[in-house]
Amino acid sequence: MPLKVIDLGLVDFEAAWAKQKELFREVQEGDLRAGLIVCQHYPVITVNRRIGRKNILASQEELKNKGIAVYEVERGGDVTYHGPGQLIAYPVFNLNYFKKDIHWFLRYLEDLIIRSLSDAGIKGERSNGLTGVWVGRLKIASIGIAIRNWITFHGLSINVKNSDLTNFSLIRPCGMDIMITSIESETGLPVSIGEFKQRFVSLLKGASK
Amino acid sequence: MTKIVLPQLSEGIQKATVSYWYFKTGEKVNAKDDLVELTTDKATFNLPSPCSGVLTEISASEGATVNVGDTLGLIQES
Repeated sequence: MPLKVIDLGLVDFEAAWAKQKELFREVQEGDLRAGLIVCQHYPVITVNRRIGRKNILASQEELKNKGIAVYEVERGGDVTYHGPGQLIAYPVFNLNYFKKDIHWFLRYLEDLIIRSLSDAGIKGERSNGLTGVWVGRLKIASIGIAIRNWITFHGLSINVKNSDLTNFSLIRPCGMDIMITSIESETGLPVSIGEFKQRFVSLLKGASK
Repeated sequence: MTKIVLPQLSEGIQKATVSYWYFKTGEKVNAKDDLVELTTDKATFNLPSPCSGVLTEISASEGATVNVGDTLGLIQES
């Protein structure tokens, strides 16, 4: 099945959010069965709009001083942080052409992340009942999606570089007291986010056929 | 009366949580309007209204855990 891939590079969350909605409409109108946006975000915090900001630990002033905006969004999950050095992927899939099964899709995304980490020499694992991918007790990738009429949006983030992990201390990630890691932190080696992105997109293209 | 029923979402997963009703009881709804948002695992999804009419009853309020096949509310068809 052809997959339309849009690479936005380093982009504001709001611009990528608008692009997701555009791609969603394209899939909804039937022009496309599956699309994928990949990007990195400038520092931003997003929260589930039904849960709100209770798991943001930093004050509004602290966030303002750091130039970190907060967005209340439609996806599942709680609060998360995005910044440069993370690979963000927003798969907009019409599940009517894949499998109409919410948990199948979440496990499909986890499987893709685990395979991409394996290519980078890291053993990523699922943790029972906790969606996302972990290295031991440290979280390396997060997932939060929304589904409307069996079309998906929002998606996943994988911590590639170790540059920005300190900003996770501004929140309780996913509403839990967890520690975060990255590919670079685990391997101790510099990793090109561009190369990692290419591998991830290739895996997803293969898996969406 | 038409029942608003939680459909099958996944093999083996039977529960979801009601996170938001887009309408209050007594309000008019149109067929296919987003009626209620639910959450399961790290995914949110919407149930569209099965018909046009008036939402007469919400039996699963926000925060409630519901099972596949449960009635979430009732619509008086117009």
